[in-house]
Amino acid sequence: MEKKLIKYFPIFTLPTLLAFLIAFLIPFLLGLYLSFTEFTTVLNAKWVGLSNYIKAFENKEFLNALWFTARFAVVSVITINVCAFTLAFLLTRGIKGTNLFRTVFFMPNLIGGIVLGYIWQLIINGILYKFGVTLTYDAKYGFWGLVILMNWQLIGYMMIIYIAGIQNVPTDLIEAAKIDGASPLKILRNVTIPMVMPAITICLFLTISNSFKLFDQNLALTAGAPSKKTAMLALDIYNTFYGRVGWEGVGQAKAVIFFILVAIMAFAQLIFTRSKEVES
Amino acid sequence: MKGSKLKVNLILMVLLILAIAFLAPILIVLMNSFKGKFFISDTPFLLPNSKTFAGLSNYVNGLIKTGFIQAFGWSLFITVSSVVVIVLFTSMTAWYITRVKSKLTKSIYYLFAFSMIVPFQMVMFTMTKVANVLHLDNPFGIIIIYLGFAAGLSVFMFAGFVKSIPLEIEEAAVIDGCSPIQTFFMVVFPILKPTAITVAILNTMWIWNDYLLPYLLIGNEYKTIPIAIQYLRGGYGSIDMGAMMAMLVLAIIPIIVFYFTCQKYIIKGVIAGAIKG
Repeated sequence: MEKKLIKYFPIFTLPTLLAFLIAFLIPFLLGLYLSFTEFTTVLNAKWVGLSNYIKAFENKEFLNALWFTARFAVVSVITINVCAFTLAFLLTRGIKGTNLFRTVFFMPNLIGGIVLGYIWQLIINGILYKFGVTLTYDAKYGFWGLVILMNWQLIGYMMIIYIAGIQNVPTDLIEAAKIDGASPLKILRNVTIPMVMPAITICLFLTISNSFKLFDQNLALTAGAPSKKTAMLALDIYNTFYGRVGWEGVGQAKAVIFFILVAIMAFAQLIFTRSKEVES
Repeated sequence: MKGSKLKVNLILMVLLILAIAFLAPILIVLMNSFKGKFFISDTPFLLPNSKTFAGLSNYVNGLIKTGFIQAFGWSLFITVSSVVVIVLFTSMTAWYITRVKSKLTKSIYYLFAFSMIVPFQMVMFTMTKVANVLHLDNPFGIIIIYLGFAAGLSVFMFAGFVKSIPLEIEEAAVIDGCSPIQTFFMVVFPILKPTAITVAILNTMWIWNDYLLPYLLIGNEYKTIPIAIQYLRGGYGSIDMGAMMAMLVLAIIPIIVFYFTCQKYIIKGVIAGAIKG
């Protein structure tokens, strides 16, 4: 069959392949090249070597975005995963009505980032109003606003993955531990958590990568205000491209740095998951 | 026994409070969408009263200001047609590159997988330029762009499933005189259906809510729902809060309808996508 199929290459793969070239591969390679040039439109690119990268790392806004994003990622990863795991644990106790709760907790995940941003802008500003400030008064409000928003959006998603993981733990394993006289806390620590380790790995990396790539929520909630202090990496790159004439090359260099960061995390996950598989 | 019943009730109480807290933001937006625009920012937690109640005026206002109805139309058109195109072409590609083993198909597979880890900002500027040159900056051209961006995850997921289909089934079809195209559509695709649903759901959730890509590509002329909502912010940060609340409600309604009609598939799809992606 393989021989018969070979000559059907154009029909089966060409549409996807062409779209992939246009949307991804050509722009990707062009983007790599342009990060070493100065340009306003693609056609007038002039080679400048590493100067865009130097400018990027000397750029206060970029460094601030990097630091803000890293702090944000750490805080959200911890809060989201602790909450999601706790919820998943409570929802797998065989209590009636758990399906309804699962439905409710997951729902925010389907709402788009722009809509989420404006929902939380209303609520957080409403609370802060009582203290006479607004969301954009100080960067710390924007930071915690984003953390709360991200928690609301992702807890349900991670909870679903944890529930699937917990439900895969064989019940006889837990029964055996009970018979041996292990306390519920011990069972959780020594049986359940090790058994759901794959789910934990997936959730940790999903939350890290989602936090790093956050854009829509950031744009809608604070748009970087006050004075770009709450702009995360993706928003800072966008601002550099479209908000500052002559800095397109620097924007592209920032984008390459951003890509490398995300790629390192993805490879870390791959290696981590592979090594776990070998162990088991 | 008495103790455990108490514990169950305690857990239920905690869950109930949390569920209300989870729903509250949406309910607060709904409540404020019926209040006059000057009564929203300062007192968002008060129910509308005779002084602040604005009826449906926010909705009327918002619909006119944003062109929400057209935006809904474009969102629907772009999402549905892109998802159909994505499911059709990426499943065909995945089957071909799994069944025909060569250096070429292997490199295509790895390129697709690689594209999954590249953040959008990396190609944002250059992709927009390429699409402009090729005149893909319209609601039809954007379908091709979405196919290109979806190729990574979708081909990856389909290919994973194709590997588990026994070759004998396809060989039997070939012996019965089926051409590869007939084999694919009459034998393979029906088997791929569960993965097709997952791929369709994941792409629907992404494309429906996508803001930056359509904004850069077609945002000047054609607004999708997220673009219409962001458009309300206008320059200088002055937002018509009334219209904003009403449009947020209208944006959330289709999502809730979609969620309740396909909940089972959505949850399955999200789990499958998370594990394989």
